[in-house]
Amino acid sequence: MPEHDVLVIGAGLAGQRAALAAAEKGVSVGIISKVHPVRSHSNAAQGGINAALDVDDSWESHAFDTIKGSDYLGDQDAIEVMCREAPEELLHLEHIGVTFHRNEKGELGTRAFGGASKARTYYVADITGQAIMHVLYEQLMKYSEQIDRYEEWFTTDLAIDEEGRCVGAVTRNIKDGTTEVFKAKSVILASGGNGQIWQPTTNALICTGDGIAMAYRAGATLMDMEMIQYHPTTLAGKGFLITEGARGEGAHLLNAKGERFMEKYAPNKMELASRDVVSRAEQTEINEGRGFPDGTVALDVTVVPRKRIHEALREIVLVGRDFAGVDITREPIHIKPGNHYTMGGVKTDIWGRTNVPGLYAAGEVACVSVHGGNRLGANSLLDTLIFGRRSGEDGAQHAKGHGFGQVSRTVLSDAEARVDAIIARKHEGGRRVSEIKAELGKTMDEKVAVFRDEEGIQSALEIVQRLKEEATSAYIDDRGTVFNQDVLGAIELQNMLENAEACCMAALERKESRGAQYRTDYPERNDEEWLKHIDVSMNGEGPEISYSPVTITDWQPQERTY
Amino acid sequence: MSAYTLKVRRYQPEAEEDDKRGAYWETFDVELDPTLSVLDGLLQAKNDKDGTLAVRCSCRAAICGSCGVKINGQSTLACKTQLGEAAEEAARMARNGGGEAEIVVEPMGNMPVIKDLVTDMESTHWTKFRRVTPWLLPSGPPPEREYIVPAESMVDVTQSVACIQCGACVSSCLSMEADPDFIGPAALAKAYRFVGDPRDGQTTERLYDLANDPHGMYDCTHCFSCIDACPKGVAPMNQIMRLRRLAGDDHGIRDVNNGHNHEMAFVKNIKKKGTLDESLLLQESYAPGVKGKLMPRVSAIKGLLGSIPTAIRGIKTGKMRSVPKLIPGVHHKLPGDAQGHVEEIYERAEESKIQLNLYIIGEGGEEDHAAEEVEPESVSEEPTTA
Ligand SMILES: Cc1cc2nc3c(=O)[nH]c(=O)nc-3n(C[C@H](O)[C@H](O)[C@H](O)COP(=O)(O)OP(=O)(O)OC[C@H]3O[C@@H](n4cnc5c(N)ncnc54)[C@H](O)[C@@H]3O)c2cc1C
Ligand code: SF4
Ligand code: SF4
Ligand code: FES
Repeated sequence: MPEHDVLVIGAGLAGQRAALAAAEKGVSVGIISKVHPVRSHSNAAQGGINAALDVDDSWESHAFDTIKGSDYLGDQDAIEVMCREAPEELLHLEHIGVTFHRNEKGELGTRAFGGASKARTYYVADITGQAIMHVLYEQLMKYSEQIDRYEEWFTTDLAIDEEGRCVGAVTRNIKDGTTEVFKAKSVILASGGNGQIWQPTTNALICTGDGIAMAYRAGATLMDMEMIQYHPTTLAGKGFLITEGARGEGAHLLNAKGERFMEKYAPNKMELASRDVVSRAEQTEINEGRGFPDGTVALDVTVVPRKRIHEALREIVLVGRDFAGVDITREPIHIKPGNHYTMGGVKTDIWGRTNVPGLYAAGEVACVSVHGGNRLGANSLLDTLIFGRRSGEDGAQHAKGHGFGQVSRTVLSDAEARVDAIIARKHEGGRRVSEIKAELGKTMDEKVAVFRDEEGIQSALEIVQRLKEEATSAYIDDRGTVFNQDVLGAIELQNMLENAEACCMAALERKESRGAQYRTDYPERNDEEWLKHIDVSMNGEGPEISYSPVTITDWQPQERTY
Repeated sequence: MSAYTLKVRRYQPEAEEDDKRGAYWETFDVELDPTLSVLDGLLQAKNDKDGTLAVRCSCRAAICGSCGVKINGQSTLACKTQLGEAAEEAARMARNGGGEAEIVVEPMGNMPVIKDLVTDMESTHWTKFRRVTPWLLPSGPPPEREYIVPAESMVDVTQSVACIQCGACVSSCLSMEADPDFIGPAALAKAYRFVGDPRDGQTTERLYDLANDPHGMYDCTHCFSCIDACPKGVAPMNQIMRLRRLAGDDHGIRDVNNGHNHEMAFVKNIKKKGTLDESLLLQESYAPGVKGKLMPRVSAIKGLLGSIPTAIRGIKTGKMRSVPKLIPGVHHKLPGDAQGHVEEIYERAEESKIQLNLYIIGEGGEEDHAAEEVEPESVSEEPTTA
């Protein structure tokens, strides 16, 4: 039974940052990831990371933009922490080796991003997430004496003792199919978002909301689960992302008539309004017949100087060429809003603590909440790093003050029995796992997307509940122990369905329009009744809704225009 | 929608059926849009037909580096290769070589196979990655704010930073096939990422270490395979050449295989004559300078003799066009003041030593390739040093 003072589940930016911060505090650390750490989804972040580092900028301005972007649902104490600590974190990254873009003077240089009043996004070409994550992985190598890595291990459940404390996690070694119970004094979930519930999505195949579901089953409260970001510029069909950096560099959005339609919706910020605003504008154009026949509008990057495109947007030149057959330096590319980011997640305080003692959460799996109803571009990498670091530090502190808990003897046998039961399912009478997953994705994209209403969400919820039932008998083909991806797919499906149910329930509950939740049956924001978080927790077998207040410090809610 | 046949090299370590012991081929028919990827095809087969088919994948967008495989013999990413293109290539190969026009998908080479398309990269790549001390080693405590460094230097190393550690280059590397201990293209490109970073304080130590490892940077044979395989334009071979150049030029590290002298011989040769004078080239490579001419070392003589077969091959294949070219003194001069221009180019190049790369050129890298192609077959292929 492996034992670590601090156990981190997930090795994207949040997880790796947490592991390094804990190790610096002198405790022993284990870090688990279901894919090799550098394959984690943080790789995909193209655009950059925000920080008010420039002498003319201020953390207050960054905080205000974030709060306004969140449609006032973000907790202002948490936002303050994030924005205040951003410059120091950014410099730390620079010092350990991230190759951030420089200006002519050799200092760090910025680009503009949506919803921001200043250009405060720092970047590495358009591979910012990858560049940062590989540097953190380098540091994991450097600290390998203190940090044990479990690469390609899949956590199936958390271990909870009789007093309800989190004391470890049950994990399957993908390479040989053995299951181990990891004991830990503090457990930090950093397992990313749940984008795979929607099809198409910009998210990777591994983004199945495992951590959210595990925490939920273990008694943790989920928050803001209805807040799902649709990104304005994704490729039709495949869902690949074209970074907001493209609009930051000056690209235009055009409808089929060639009109720069953002003039109507956000005359000041135009293409660089908040993502929810731009996505709704596009969807409105498409719904009202001003889109292209394939249900898209166009992104015109040709207005950006060619040299600049090649220097700063190389990755999307490749995306355009390889995945759409379009040379974006010469012609506009067809795009539409697509599922992108999970604002909600496991509810935590500003140190990453959940309501389950010993359990922390950081990054996209968590909801602190700094993003509220809508995340600003380039704020997510920041969120993962700031709260990853804080969780690591506090988790180490917590570990120093506590012993290992008692892991009940049945935890291991229960986990093994669960896998055996999936493998033993009969083909007759059941559905394939992949079939259920496809139906889920289509349902959510149709009914719980940019525009929502009661009827749609209700019917989505009913479908999800039926699929949940069907998933209990869904069959797989692989009965082996070595690299059995089939059985992991079945476990992920169950996790995804639990996420989807919580999302539908919260979306149904919020009877107003705020941020990413736009209800055509309640088109106005209603601060009187709904300036509050919706919490979902597991009560016995079923989900239960409750509310918690939004923390407001200095910034009173105002009308939101761009 | 079109129909495609994928012929997959499979290995099921736990299979009990007789026909599935060891590696075997299996074909899958899939129906998808030609612009979708070979990975989409594999996933359709896995989802609809056979869940035991193992393939690593995550991002589907050539970002995460999970899905390295060989397609029609070429190491690449499954998610970056379109079905339509792969099918055309398969058809072309079938026309030329007979057989069926099937898209052939195999696990990466130079690595043990764990199951189907899943290989063991830990033992073959990641251990070597760790071998190059892959983290920044600044010389003192960090400054209060950021390190001030030239903008181009960051762009310069970004080409290596763009590596997603997919292993396609490792899979295709010919030297790796011959010497499994060769540090390899991806790990050496990683090494350049630190060597080229002005914030790193261990440049000489790093270069010295890589030069003195018998499986280090002089083990590469310039075969270009890694450049062809790399899905992210990292051009590992170019990074290796830059390591060698820096070692020899700026850090005075002697190369036991003589690769650096050979390169410098080229540089000198063109500077002086404008075009290549093969007669001087060989001599300069093995016994550089006046001192070399008068008192060649024994190893230099051996090297010179050893390269006679290369020279002959050069004449046969037309690379060295005529025998008189090998006789010192008959090399023709450039017309007019062309030689002056050549020398001017050299001066300019000396002034701006930072080597800009694909990232800033961004035009498919024709320029970079052209520059590399001037180099002949590497000397280190030949059994020169006894
Ligand atoms: C295409 C795209 C572009 C983006 N661009 C930007 C941008 O420019 N700026 C920005 O700020 N944000 C951006 N984002 C958002 C940002 O990338 C993510 O929110 C962030 O990287 C999430 O990091 P994370 O560490 O929380 O999770 P991830 O990086 O997703 O890592 C999750 C980790 O958990 C592990 N894991 C999951 N489940 C299990 C399990 N059951 N057992 C074991 N391990 C498990 C995974 O293996 C992985 O290591 C972008 C997102 C996408 C999709
Ligand atoms: S060029 Fe060198 S490193 Fe690249 S594949 Fe050939 S031998 Fe290997
Ligand atoms: S250099 Fe290219 S081919 Fe090699 S591992 Fe890196 S990205 Fe892959
Ligand atoms: S699936 Fe990520 S690189 Fe192919």
